[in-house]
Parts: sequence; C-alpha cells; structure tokens
Amino acid sequence: MNIHEYQAKEIFRQHGIPVPPGEVATTAEQAEKIAAKLGTKVVVKAQVHAGGRGKAGGVKLAATPAQAREVASEILGMQIKGLTVARVLVTPAEEIEHEAYVGAIVDRASGTVVLMASPEGGIDIEEVAAKTPELIFREHVDPRYGLLPHQASRLAHKLYPGDPGRARQAADIIRKLYASMVDAGASLIEINPLITTPSGELRAIDAKINIDDNELSRREEISALRDIESEAPAEVEARSKGLTYIKLEGNVGCCVNGAGLAMATMDLVKHYGGEPANFLDIGGSSSPEKVVTALRIIMADPAVKSILFNIFGGITRCDDVANGIVEASKGIELKVPITIRLTGTNEQQAVRILEGAGFSAMTDMDEAVRKAVELAGN
Amino acid sequence: MAIFADSSTRVVVQGITGRDGSFHSAQMLEYGTKIAAGVTPGKGGQKFDGKVPIFDTVEEAVRKEGATASVIYVPAAFAASAICEAADSGVKLIVCITEGIPVLDMLRTTRYVADKGARLIGPNCPGMISPGQAKLGIIPGQIVEQGPIGVVSRSGTLTYEVVWALTREGFGQSSCIGIGGDPVIGTNFIDCLDAFEQDPQTEAIVLIGEIGGADEQNAARHIREHLSKPVVGFVAGRTAPPGRRMGHAGAIISGSQGTAAEKIATFRDNGVEVAERPVDVPAIVSKQLNV
Repeated sequence: MNIHEYQAKEIFRQHGIPVPPGEVATTAEQAEKIAAKLGTKVVVKAQVHAGGRGKAGGVKLAATPAQAREVASEILGMQIKGLTVARVLVTPAEEIEHEAYVGAIVDRASGTVVLMASPEGGIDIEEVAAKTPELIFREHVDPRYGLLPHQASRLAHKLYPGDPGRARQAADIIRKLYASMVDAGASLIEINPLITTPSGELRAIDAKINIDDNELSRREEISALRDIESEAPAEVEARSKGLTYIKLEGNVGCCVNGAGLAMATMDLVKHYGGEPANFLDIGGSSSPEKVVTALRIIMADPAVKSILFNIFGGITRCDDVANGIVEASKGIELKVPITIRLTGTNEQQAVRILEGAGFSAMTDMDEAVRKAVELAGN
Repeated sequence: MAIFADSSTRVVVQGITGRDGSFHSAQMLEYGTKIAAGVTPGKGGQKFDGKVPIFDTVEEAVRKEGATASVIYVPAAFAASAICEAADSGVKLIVCITEGIPVLDMLRTTRYVADKGARLIGPNCPGMISPGQAKLGIIPGQIVEQGPIGVVSRSGTLTYEVVWALTREGFGQSSCIGIGGDPVIGTNFIDCLDAFEQDPQTEAIVLIGEIGGADEQNAARHIREHLSKPVVGFVAGRTAPPGRRMGHAGAIISGSQGTAAEKIATFRDNGVEVAERPVDVPAIVSKQLNV
C-alpha cells in the first residue's frame, strides 16, 4: 500500500525527523488560508500516488496566499497518470544549498534491510544507480540486531565527508528513518531530497513510504491511512472480497485461480494476438460467491469483449467455479461471450453443471485462450 | 531417491486442527505421507483422524514421535513464530504454506532458521511432493507420477499446469518444490538446483519463475557454472505492468528491475532454453533428454 507524502511526513514527525511544517488542503480556499498562516513563500504539491508529479505540473511555487489559492485551483482536479488530484500539501518553500538521498528497502537477495544514501539527491535513485553507482553508499542491517549506531554513523560520514556537523545530524536522521520503517511496517522508505538549508540544517522535504500489505492486519492506524478515493473502485471491491484484480488495457477479461497461472494466462492471450483486460486471481479456495463477484467486476469494464475462465482445480474445486458462473449468469446480463477452461478436481461435475445451464467447457488451456482471443475480435 | 523429503520423512503438521490444516492433513495421509504428529497449542492429548497424536508443542512431537519435518498451516499472525518453534525443536525441514507473513518478520525468521541449521520451504507456497513417497503441502497427488524430472517453481497452480503437462507426456517427477511467491523465502532456486544435481533419480530440471527480484537471473548464472543436468525454464508475467503486485507479494517489477524479458534473456544468455508456453515444456524436456 502506498501512502501520501503528507502522511509519510507525519510519520517522520512522530519519529523526530526534521520536516518543514505544512498542511493538506482539498480546496483552493483552504490552500490560501494555510499559506497565510505559514506567512512565507510556499510550495503547493499534488498528493497523488504517481511519480513525476513535478514534471506533470503538480508542484508549484506561490509567493503570496492569493497566488497559493490560484495554483491550488489549477492543481486540484488535475489528472496525473490517470489519477485525479484531490488534495494538495501546502508547505514553506525552502532555500536549498544541497540535496541528498536517504532511503531503506527490503533487499530480497541478501534477506536484509539495506540503508542507502547518496549525495546525488533530488532525482530518481535508479537513475543515480545507473549513471554513478559509486555515489550510492549502503549498509546492510542484520535482522538479528537491527541497525547498529556505528552503521548509521558510517553512512552519514560517507554522505557528508569532512563535515562532522551535518554527519551528526544525518546519523540521527538515518536511525530515526530505520525506526520509522520498522514501526510503520514499511517495505520501502525514502527521503528524497534530504536538503541542507543555508544555515547548515538538514530537512526532509519529500517523503515516500510503501507499506507491506501483510502488515496491515496488525496496524490499524497505518491501515487507516489508505486513500480509497485514489484507487480504482473495482480494485477496492475486489480486495474487500478476497480477490486480486488489476485493470489493464486490453479487451479479453481473465478470471484465473492462482497468481502465477493468472500471469501465464495473460501472457498466452498476448501470445495468440490478444490483449488481456485485467489480472484477476480468485484465490485458492474459491467459493461460488467469489466467482460471482469476479464476473461482475470483469463485466463492469466496458472495454471487455470476451471473458476467459482458466481454472486448474487442485484446492479450488471446478464444480464450485461452475456453480458460481451459473449463479452469476442469472443475476447479471452476460453481454459478451464466455470461454471456460476447467481441469482437475471435480472436472466432470463442473462440465455437467455448465452444460446443464447452456455453457460449454473445455479442458485445454491453449485452445480456450485462442477461442477467447478470437471472440474478442482480435 | 528424491530431494528434501522421501518415504522415510516423519512429518509433524502445525495447525492440524484448523480448517486448512485438517483438510490437507487428510489428503497428505491419503497420499501415504507419514504424519507422525500434529500440533495445536491447547489440544495436546487429542487425536487427529483417530490415529495421529496431537501435542501442544513441536518439541514434544519431535521427542515422542521422532518428527523430522514440519508442515505449517497456521494463520499468518502466528506463522513466523511457528517456523521458529519448528527450527528450535530440531526439525530439519520446515514447509510453510501460510500466506501473508510480514516481510520484516521473514527477514528475522529466515536468519533464525539458518542459524538452527534447518531448511525452510516457503512461506506462501504449495509445499512439495516426492511422487510415490511423500507429500508435504497442498500439491494435488493425482497430477504427479514418479520419474526423472525435478520441478522447482515460485507458483502454485501454474506449477500444477506444467507438472500435469509433463505427466501426460510420460515425464514423471523426482520431486516438485514450490518455493513460494513472497519476496523473502527460505529455500531459493539455487538450493533446489544443487539438490537436484546431486539426486541420482533426477535427469532434467524444470524451473518456473515469474516477475520480481533477481532469483531467476542468479539461477541462470549458477546453472551455467555449476550444473551438468539440462534445465528448462519458464517465466510468467511478460504482460505484467511495472509497479503493480501481481497477486504474489514478490511478483512486482520495481522500476525497471525484475521484468520477465530480463529474466528470459538472462536464461538464454546462460544457455538455458525457455519455453514460450507452459504446454511447450514437455517437448523441450524430451529434446534435452533425447527421448
């Protein structure tokens, strides 16, 4: 789960990381009031789950409260990478002497959290890694001991060599960043940029935190940060029913059990000249109700011209899926053709159930995918 | 022969009285797996299926029934602790089926298991099966057959699809291992490749990967340097968009890292043939084995 910059900054504040003041506005009038209260030149920043906000025109300077109102009205309602901006953060415009990067991620290969720092801040860290990898410094955190003080200090001194004042501040920020990560259950946490002000103070002027979805059930206060409005409604509905649905650009709706098979099915749709309309995993033990929900979500996408079911019955029983399809067909008008492939547990019963309701079913995956692609008019 | 578990493996099921645990324990018993004991804290002294003794702790299951492997079906909130308990009790093979364990917990847990000298398969996996000998997890017994092919995969149902295709074409399996779809897991591709290389029954290996991380790329280089047996690859997720988690917690393209194209290219650069479609796997295996 992604959280917004203003929410991430609040987590930083709670952990004592220096963050400029600022408040969130949902209207231009509110933005003006916040700017007046701050009493200084401000930046108005779109709060949306998309990278490249600045380039898209979602971050603007304002010298006066009236100007803050003006730019806020431009940014609010704006579309950035298909997402509508519903909120802006109004925060003082800082004078910047230097921009650094500090972050931490879960490193899959080493099975540790890796802390990273670079004096090349303000740009995408992947870009730094590609162009000047020698300017990224790293510390691996042994999960048995957590971040040790000397590691934070070593990283800080590499970041600001010959500058003990800033290194001391940075070591403190790095320790607090790691603590924020652990407390929030984050899989990624970044300050980019960590700026140096003209008076030599460090401040986090942007913040990014990705929360591990598996942490949400035990962290109510973090779960509450989810911004449902910023997500596709179909994906929200799917999640609430225990399904994973991701909308894509094509016209062949896919309903599959298991994430790996769902990806392989999408790939096969493409292989036969079609484009998948979505990723949808109905999960392991699928009840007829889940199938009804899945079918409704796929049908609601106007781009879908053909629907493909691909079920490999193991734990999932094919007859459960068949019952779900039949049940769903009674409740919703099926406006597009459905191709069903089922094999495995209770395959015979499933075929009988489907044929009794006027559907046909096949057992070969490639044959079914080819047919579904053809029916979509590709 | 087989890898990791065979007919001599004595299994303790953690969470044997739960909904999933009891269902799959019955299936494992039916397959012929030796389930020595079950563990559900608070239900010690009862019996599962009228014959399998249930204990409060894994330690008792090891001491009294000689359990050597554990299969874990406990809910996500308790699963990391269950893994540590198994490792601490002297169990050498731990298979964790549970999905949803926080990754920061898994960092500590995988380290703990390694420190205790145990092997963890999973979490968030279908487990493993050594056809005709033992089933530790949820891979359907009816789709496998004994034979010379080692299968290792990050997925569940996609594995079944490929295994079933192999079985239909007459290629049985030595062992099928589902290593799990999470970003931090116990046993990786390389561990399984090395074990299959050492296993006299295995003649060829099928490796099923997906987007996210660099486990496939590392495996590809390892195959060129260390494996004599032929390996056939498949990678799911060519059409997956970047930055989205495709069902599995670990199946995500981060920035430009971990795409299917990158993985397939790395396999091919290292001399590993990659199947375009799951159904193509048996034909490539057949070609590699000259049968």
